[in-house]
Amino acid sequence: MFALGNLLLVIVATVLFAVLAPIAGCLLAGLDRIISARMQGRVGPPLLQPYYDVRKLLAKEDVSVSGVDGVYMTCALVFTAFAGGIFFAGDNLLMSAFIITMASLFFIMAAYSSRSPFAELGAGRETLQVMAYEPMVLLMAVCFFMAAHTFMVDGVLDLERPIIATTLPAFLGFLFILTIKLRKSPFDIAMSHHAHQEIVRGTITEMSGRTLAKVEVMHWCENILFLGWVAMFFVWSNPASIVLAVIVALAIWFLEIFIDNNFARVKWQTMLNSSWLVALVFGGVNVIFLAFV
Amino acid sequence: MGYSSKSPWVIHYDASSCNGCDIEVLAALCPGFDVERFGIINTGDPKHADIFLVTGSVNERNIDIIKQIYDQMVEPKVVVACGICACSGGIFHDCYNVIGGVDKAIPVDVYAPGCAVRPEAIIDAVVQGIAVLDQKAEALKAMKKGA
Amino acid sequence: MELLLFLIVFPLVAAAVLLAVRDDRARDAIVWATAAIVAVASIVLAVRFFGQGWTGFAFSSAIVDTIAIAVGALIAIVVMVYGVKYRNVAAIVLAAVQLVSDLIFEFAFAHQMEVPVGLYVDQLSVIMALIIGIIGSGICVYAMGYMKDYQAHRPEGEKDRRPAFFALMVLFLSAMFVIVFSNNLVWMFTGWEVTTLCSFLLIGFTRTDEAIRNAFRQIIMNMIGGLGFLAAMYFSVIWLNTMSLSEFILFGLRHPELIALPLCALSLAGITKAAQMPFHTWLLGAMVAPTPTSALLHSSTMVKAGVFLLIKLAPLYTICFAASQMVILVGGITFMLCSFMAISQTNAKRVLAYSTIANLGLIVACAGVGTPEAIWAAVLLMVFHAAAKSLLFLCVGTAEHHIGSRDIESMDLLFERMPRLARLMMVGIMGMFIAPFGMLIAKWATLVSFVENGQLVLVMLLAFGSAATFMFWAKWLGKLAGIAGQQEDVELSVHRSEWASMGLMAFVAVAACVLLPLLSNALIEPYIVSVYGQLGRDIPLDDLWLSAVLALFTAAVFIGGLRPSKQKQGPVYLSGVTVDSGERVYRNSLSNDEKATARNLYLAAYFSEGRFKPVGEVLCAAVIVFAFVASGIVPPVL
Repeated sequence: MFALGNLLLVIVATVLFAVLAPIAGCLLAGLDRIISARMQGRVGPPLLQPYYDVRKLLAKEDVSVSGVDGVYMTCALVFTAFAGGIFFAGDNLLMSAFIITMASLFFIMAAYSSRSPFAELGAGRETLQVMAYEPMVLLMAVCFFMAAHTFMVDGVLDLERPIIATTLPAFLGFLFILTIKLRKSPFDIAMSHHAHQEIVRGTITEMSGRTLAKVEVMHWCENILFLGWVAMFFVWSNPASIVLAVIVALAIWFLEIFIDNNFARVKWQTMLNSSWLVALVFGGVNVIFLAFV
Repeated sequence: MGYSSKSPWVIHYDASSCNGCDIEVLAALCPGFDVERFGIINTGDPKHADIFLVTGSVNERNIDIIKQIYDQMVEPKVVVACGICACSGGIFHDCYNVIGGVDKAIPVDVYAPGCAVRPEAIIDAVVQGIAVLDQKAEALKAMKKGA
Repeated sequence: MELLLFLIVFPLVAAAVLLAVRDDRARDAIVWATAAIVAVASIVLAVRFFGQGWTGFAFSSAIVDTIAIAVGALIAIVVMVYGVKYRNVAAIVLAAVQLVSDLIFEFAFAHQMEVPVGLYVDQLSVIMALIIGIIGSGICVYAMGYMKDYQAHRPEGEKDRRPAFFALMVLFLSAMFVIVFSNNLVWMFTGWEVTTLCSFLLIGFTRTDEAIRNAFRQIIMNMIGGLGFLAAMYFSVIWLNTMSLSEFILFGLRHPELIALPLCALSLAGITKAAQMPFHTWLLGAMVAPTPTSALLHSSTMVKAGVFLLIKLAPLYTICFAASQMVILVGGITFMLCSFMAISQTNAKRVLAYSTIANLGLIVACAGVGTPEAIWAAVLLMVFHAAAKSLLFLCVGTAEHHIGSRDIESMDLLFERMPRLARLMMVGIMGMFIAPFGMLIAKWATLVSFVENGQLVLVMLLAFGSAATFMFWAKWLGKLAGIAGQQEDVELSVHRSEWASMGLMAFVAVAACVLLPLLSNALIEPYIVSVYGQLGRDIPLDDLWLSAVLALFTAAVFIGGLRPSKQKQGPVYLSGVTVDSGERVYRNSLSNDEKATARNLYLAAYFSEGRFKPVGEVLCAAVIVFAFVASGIVPPVL
């Protein structure tokens, strides 16, 4: 019975996440656009612009090339919500990481399903991105486990000090691949936010209307989840630490926007080499450190 | 006002422009005019766009392309002809291969003349286009309800 | 006990009958009946021994012992005959060595040794019996339709050798049952060698030059492993004075220093059977065989015998450092490097082969860690791998017959050309590798035990290896998912038996995922408790339920949800110059029509075989040699 109670908790958290994360994510996305505009010497759109965009997309006519990409995107959304629910319910971190990867898989399949050369190229690059960041995500989870002695996220609430105290290298390594996960430049090779790319819009080239709206909402949720992962490093038994964690997460968000606006995209070779090297060095060093200290 | 008018995404196609109007279109997106203030984004993809900005005149070579891009845009959609060439063929109107303005290929909703068209005129045209977009969105909604 | 004997003897009888029957319809009837009876019997077995621990049966017979040795000798002679026929010196030498040591063993020792408890059942045997009984016989059913097509493609007038084929397939099942139920090492060894010989004959079935070459590679590698097994038997009988597997393990737990060398030898046998580096090439070569053979070898039999032995020995690895490190490192390195190499393959069967080897590597590494969590993970991985991999092989085999290629690039648009098949294939791929399906849970238990035991190298190997598995599965899934235009449906001619069998596999794969919590509760945990007396920590039941929910959802989407929607169908964007959207043809800058095609990424420069194969072979061989040297030197010193 205990097991089912926990399951229920996760499902409730998933529903809550599915409602709240899009709101927070939408505001963050709006903030991102304003900050980016200011960095470029522009005024930028209203804060609620991402919300307007999605509302508009929902009202567009329902057209699809493959007829199934909408279903795949719904799956991707559901899995994203579950990943968020699992994380914010304080459940298993590894599970959350795996399920968000599953969401990426559905996104990739949605792109492949149109069989447009542009989307297929984008999808291929997206799989490369996943392959690039996956080792570091796993190592980050391993370091979390070694520092907190559990994979349960709520384990951090019982700690004397935040896990960042012993997992700084893993955190830095995670920040590196976070740029890929947030689809920011210089690693936005599968799907850029900017027009006139060599692969048009990559993965989302053939998506329109409702399906595209789902992609947007999924990204909002993903962003909130990943910032949650960042915040997790800074939480310990002191309740005030949650405030600190939120501040750090927002600071990291700002850093990512800064990086996005100051770097040109790289080739996939550079992305793969550098992120695997980072995983090997930062992740490896941290794992060894935690094992022997 | 519906949401269509708050987030008009644009696709820009250079038919056979001398590049003068194209530069002005890009200028409208840059800090000086910053059309993103109105939620306008330049997408490179007809499937995402609401407003079709065409510069330059229509000729035998590009008429099919213009038609195709227009067809691939998802309803509701609006066409803005930017610059005098796009409006009527301009000084190229009697060239051997020029058919004429964009309206020879697809229905145009707003004309923005000029050589080159000024960014202010483009913004003005897009704003007028937004109004049309809103009407079309309403019509689509009514049709969906009816269906 | 009668049930065990029935499971062993019945397929044997069926094999003999199948060898004699030449009529197609009679053969079909016999295969159907055999498959159904074996499957039912294995389920009855599972119900009968539900939740029980290790149950031994007093059963010993000098005659059976003699027969077992005689069969072993016969196998060696058969191999020698083939070796002479095809002039393969290595095979002759190995077979001769085996023959001689077999006979010496028989006349010098075997008579003094009696194993009173000859047969046993525990939950691991039950799981294996279910895998062999359901999936193995399902593959035999599939083979009926497949071999009809196969025969139809053969040149006119060639001798129909299908009776031999089916006899071998069914014999294989019997040999596997011998392996999983025998407590007597001599009997187990006989079953072991029978599977080796069967797969030798099945791989060489087509008798092309390539098939024969690969068959010999298989037999040579596995006979090396077999000699390892034989060596372990010598050690056991001379030092420990026992021929019973359970006593061997008990003895080992008390005196780890004495069994270091026999354990290494047995592990070597397990590693060769499980196709780990440097012995992995035999499994790659096995693909030349007809697809049911590959499916049988890869999923439910042969390689599973290897991991079964290693899992059985797992408690010993927690105390024998050298053997444990050997198994862990070989498994871990194999997992990572084979996952890398799978990325660069375009041949679907080769991708499957590499992923099998990689997956077995993971299971082997778990067994080597030997903690309760690790064994829990290893058994789960074994179950999921058996179900999903057989499904995938059967799908690829059917696709090959109907689209004329086993290249992944040719599977473009399979979703429309063979809609049902593509969905089944997708279920198989999903079941193979990713959350929320079993792999996730297994991986995570693996991580837990790796971390807790300080297996840092393994953690790194796992992290990079699993990233690579995502890559090669995802791009294959993507290829299948493509939809364009109206394609001709070419799957109408698929045999009913093939659908039945693939449906069964898909059902088993999905059921295993959805019923994961029950599976863990009813079968795997009792085994772990019976072996270790306790469960591993941190096996989270609530997350099992969660993954069951998500698995159900995913399966529902793939099997039911992906229908063409009522949405308006739009043309594809090809920069505004599309000529034919369905065919993806556009007008290029010279006004010519051109087809836009995109191939998957194979990253040959990064993940080529040439780059990783030598590295892996050298590393793993070095690890094995080192482990043998270490356990050969250290015990006397102690």
